[in-house]
Amino acid sequence: MGKIIDPLPMYTMWLRQMIRFFRMKARLVSSLVMPFLFLAFLGIPLSILPSGAMPGIPEDMNFLDYLAPGILGMTLLFSSMMAGASVLWDKEFGFLKEVLVTPVNRLSIMLGRSLGGMTTSIIQGFMIIGISVLMGVNISSVSGLLLSIVFMVLICATFIGFGLILATQLGEMEGFMSIINMIQMPIFFASPAFLPMEMMPHWLKSIICLNPFTYGIDGLRGSLVGYSTFPLIHDFVILLVTSIVLMLVGAYCFEKMEAN
Amino acid sequence: MNIKEGEIFGLLGPNGAGKTTTMNMLCTILNPTSGYAKIGGYDVFKEREEVRRSIGIVFQDPCIDNFLTGRENLAFHATMYHMKKREREYRISEVLDLLDLKGKENIKIDDCPAGVQRRFEVARGFMNHPKVLFLDEPTIGLDIVARRKLWEYIRRLNDSEGMTIILTTHYIEEADYLCDRVAVIDNGRIKVIDTPDNLKNSIGKDVISLEIENGRRKEFLNVLTGLDWIEKVEAYNNSFELSVSGGDERVPELVNLADENGFTISSIDSHKPTLEDTFIHYVGKTIRESEGSMKEERKARRARRRGRR
Repeated sequence: MGKIIDPLPMYTMWLRQMIRFFRMKARLVSSLVMPFLFLAFLGIPLSILPSGAMPGIPEDMNFLDYLAPGILGMTLLFSSMMAGASVLWDKEFGFLKEVLVTPVNRLSIMLGRSLGGMTTSIIQGFMIIGISVLMGVNISSVSGLLLSIVFMVLICATFIGFGLILATQLGEMEGFMSIINMIQMPIFFASPAFLPMEMMPHWLKSIICLNPFTYGIDGLRGSLVGYSTFPLIHDFVILLVTSIVLMLVGAYCFEKMEAN
Repeated sequence: MNIKEGEIFGLLGPNGAGKTTTMNMLCTILNPTSGYAKIGGYDVFKEREEVRRSIGIVFQDPCIDNFLTGRENLAFHATMYHMKKREREYRISEVLDLLDLKGKENIKIDDCPAGVQRRFEVARGFMNHPKVLFLDEPTIGLDIVARRKLWEYIRRLNDSEGMTIILTTHYIEEADYLCDRVAVIDNGRIKVIDTPDNLKNSIGKDVISLEIENGRRKEFLNVLTGLDWIEKVEAYNNSFELSVSGGDERVPELVNLADENGFTISSIDSHKPTLEDTFIHYVGKTIRESEGSMKEERKARRARRRGRR
């Protein structure tokens, strides 16, 4: 065969994810509830703090503006981890076998799935941006909005890869579900998604700097509301390298995964 | 063992005999620890892509996307085999016709009854014009009506498309009804391969099965071994299977004999040999006795339920 990337089956895998995504409306709505609560019950009330009250947030920015990209990042983190791990659902319901006995190579299968997961995550991301704007968040510019898509793609690739690695190593849904929060929440909290790094104690800062999610949040914040801790190119390069590494490892793990 | 083109071949065996394992190896899912197999001239282990292109599979557990409709599942499968749109649409309507699924193709699989779900899986299995179609316990978990129907469809497929069908089953009736030839396997070994009719004839004589009330089976066996018209006795606990010459008229003889010797026969039945008798003959226990079967059925049912979530 020799063909490494097989576009038609990849498209099919992608299409399947999209159909499932739009058919499960309840799941879509419930995935928007938590971000909404964070923005409404943390972002809005804390915005009454006088400017400059929080170190690390510029004087002319309110807390809601600061928080919105973080919550967007959180949504992407959770949905991409799930998308990466959805291979376990297919395994559980037997659908993985059906896919693996077709003459399509596994790399294409994995890429198609990942693109599907990425698309659905980014759609959710745009819904969060929409909600944020309705709440009064100021998006700095259209070009910034377009730039944020780049960061969304990289965040998704990173955590779809990570989710896939976890899923293939754990091998079953029960195991995955029981540890997912233990992994997701620290990634989320040990980042400047909620609060600026400047407010964290020193030891926590070094952990935050090691977390790739930090650079995703920083990049989203830089492109959407025009404030970032690091230069955006710095965020971009770190995230690009991480996402490529995790996707490659994920692809390798999927290649070795047993269908039964 | 050799399976001919265009035949329906059954792998019959108790649970754990290695039916599904054999199937999985032929379908390129599992690697064998030793030996080789070829499908349509392609080596199952060295030429996987070619093998995958020439086979269709219906797995034992339901393997269909519940959130998609039947048509979407079929289309999904077809594109995985690089079928172009026109060809795909044509083929979908062809298989829907063949399995009487017209009118059901736009319902979410989740909302279809188990029999229809299974039929969609079978339909999907031969979307890609496979030379060989594998059916692993195709009717497990289906009610009797749905099972009969599915048998008809499997026959029809074999007739109209001329494809070779290999199926595993632990329902004897299924093998008897469908298969041109049957291999009885146990513990990963082939005990015998032949047509169902030949198999039935091979154990020859009429069969009398009987059960005695008290547990003195050894003594009863001694009584039986003295008789020249009994060719073969097989005993399981208190039940006995006798191969006899003569048939029905031996029944009263046996009852009298038991009476004289102080045994009570609680049930007795004489019949022509069935495939089940053959099976017992080669495997040495009734298929229903192997407790795995209930477990497996429950597992299949559970999987279906879970898939519904």
